[in-house]
Amino acid sequence: MTSTTLVPGRPAGNRRPARTGLPLTRASGLGLGVATLWFSLLVLIPLSAVAVTASGGGWDGFWQAVTDAQTSATIRLTVGTALLVTLVNIVMGTLIAWVLVRDRFFGKRALEVLIDVPFALPTIVAGLVLLSLYGPNSPLGVNIANTRIAVFLAFLFVTLPFVVRTVQPVLAELDPQAEEAAASLGAGRYTTFRRIILPSVTPAIAAGAALSFARAVGEYGSLVLLSGNLPMRTEVASVRILSSIENDNPDSAAAVAVVLLAISLAVIVVLDVIQRRVMRRG
Amino acid sequence: MADRSTLARTPIGRRPGRYVLRLVVTAYLFFLVAWPLYLVGRNTFADGFASLADVLTDPDVVHALRLTVVIAVTAVVINTVFGVGISLLLVRYHFPGKRALNVLLDMPLSVSPIVVGLALVLVYGGRDGWFGPTLEAAGLQIIFAVPGMVLATVFVALPLVIREVVPVLQELGDEQEQAARSLGANALQTFRRITLPSIKWGVIYGVVLSLARSLGEFGAVKVVSGNVLGETRTSTLVVEEKYLNFDKAGAYATAFLLALVAVACIIVVSVLRPKEER
Repeated sequence: MTSTTLVPGRPAGNRRPARTGLPLTRASGLGLGVATLWFSLLVLIPLSAVAVTASGGGWDGFWQAVTDAQTSATIRLTVGTALLVTLVNIVMGTLIAWVLVRDRFFGKRALEVLIDVPFALPTIVAGLVLLSLYGPNSPLGVNIANTRIAVFLAFLFVTLPFVVRTVQPVLAELDPQAEEAAASLGAGRYTTFRRIILPSVTPAIAAGAALSFARAVGEYGSLVLLSGNLPMRTEVASVRILSSIENDNPDSAAAVAVVLLAISLAVIVVLDVIQRRVMRRG
Repeated sequence: MADRSTLARTPIGRRPGRYVLRLVVTAYLFFLVAWPLYLVGRNTFADGFASLADVLTDPDVVHALRLTVVIAVTAVVINTVFGVGISLLLVRYHFPGKRALNVLLDMPLSVSPIVVGLALVLVYGGRDGWFGPTLEAAGLQIIFAVPGMVLATVFVALPLVIREVVPVLQELGDEQEQAARSLGANALQTFRRITLPSIKWGVIYGVVLSLARSLGEFGAVKVVSGNVLGETRTSTLVVEEKYLNFDKAGAYATAFLLALVAVACIIVVSVLRPKEER
């Protein structure tokens, strides 16, 4: 295993409980009851409340709220930017994981810590952090505050760890003999990577990409100070939901929230399918 | 660690192209994380310790810091108890709906913090939430009060302990626990003497990660807190408020404190973990 795996999104197969196990005893059954009750009160009932509130105005009400010009602009911007960021993460995350596993150099430990910073840093601080280099007083002389690039950059920052941390452990456990065999049979570096390495890490890349997409779609804190939240331009879905809440319009807030929840749910299902497929193969 | 160094000596790792990769990766992380992070430190200390001292003597900020710590610690305790319990149930027992529960437990990680806040308000809101008015009639205000902020924080950090503990429990197996039980230990003794010492590190990582996440929660807390100065304003909300009120020095100083704790949490985990795995 690699030294740090701070970020959720372990390699597939690591945490799926086996089908075996003891039947519930009276004490453990009680424990399960309490845990389920708590989980329902905290997560399941509130999330259902969002769905119920969104459906309160019927399908027409929901559709009207979601297709409102300003709202649909926020959804398009959020999903589009999240997709773009996920693509960048697939390439850069895999590359970073590769360097961290296969290379040795002075300062690598520092890079390891840097990768986890976006995960632990409060999102509002993340926004401030990016603003200090890419904002009005930038020492680089660039000012991307209040533009769509700011949204892209904020997403890129907060999603940095996901692909890296899912790919890294898988890459570290790869058997080098397969690569050596391929190389000795005359495969070039590119062929070895594409035919030997890539197939083994693809599920991990997909899992990391799904997590980073889900995270980006729901991002809020890092954008508050950075993107200016200009309607039709840099406003993202979460900000739109918040302003609906603040304007005492919970129905429209819930409608947009349901769109985001549907995306999260889809991501979770995709992750689960990927994990099961890998389990079957492994 | 050991297997990584052998890998690095394989022919593929020795190609000259690796310097290019190394450079690309280092530059990417430098521009995305390291330099911006450094600038927050520099902006904080632009006029010595003055802005840090200002922040630390501002009663509103001190109150916010204290509130943040109280909420985060409460949330971490709740999540640790719940997380260890549910991990044991998921790994050691078989029950209907286990798979669904396992999938649902990951849900909080991919829900937008604003949606978390909205969901809690819709159920526990004092005016027209599902349970809110009843609870408020019984004297328990949740939304726009500390209990709601704790709930929001617990929600967003919920899966972190579980994600650390479940793999450890799986690798551990249950032979030792069975042995203890067959020798007459009851469930509590088995847990305290056998299980807990073996999953100790998993629990500690989970706690540190949850702590970092809980201290920094912003969006969900913003929705449920009402952001009342001196009452329900947490440190992350102070950063926003100070920045928007053109008190940039104060915003940077508060952000610096929060970043310091976050980075400390990461370093603690990354220092502890390899030792244990060696």
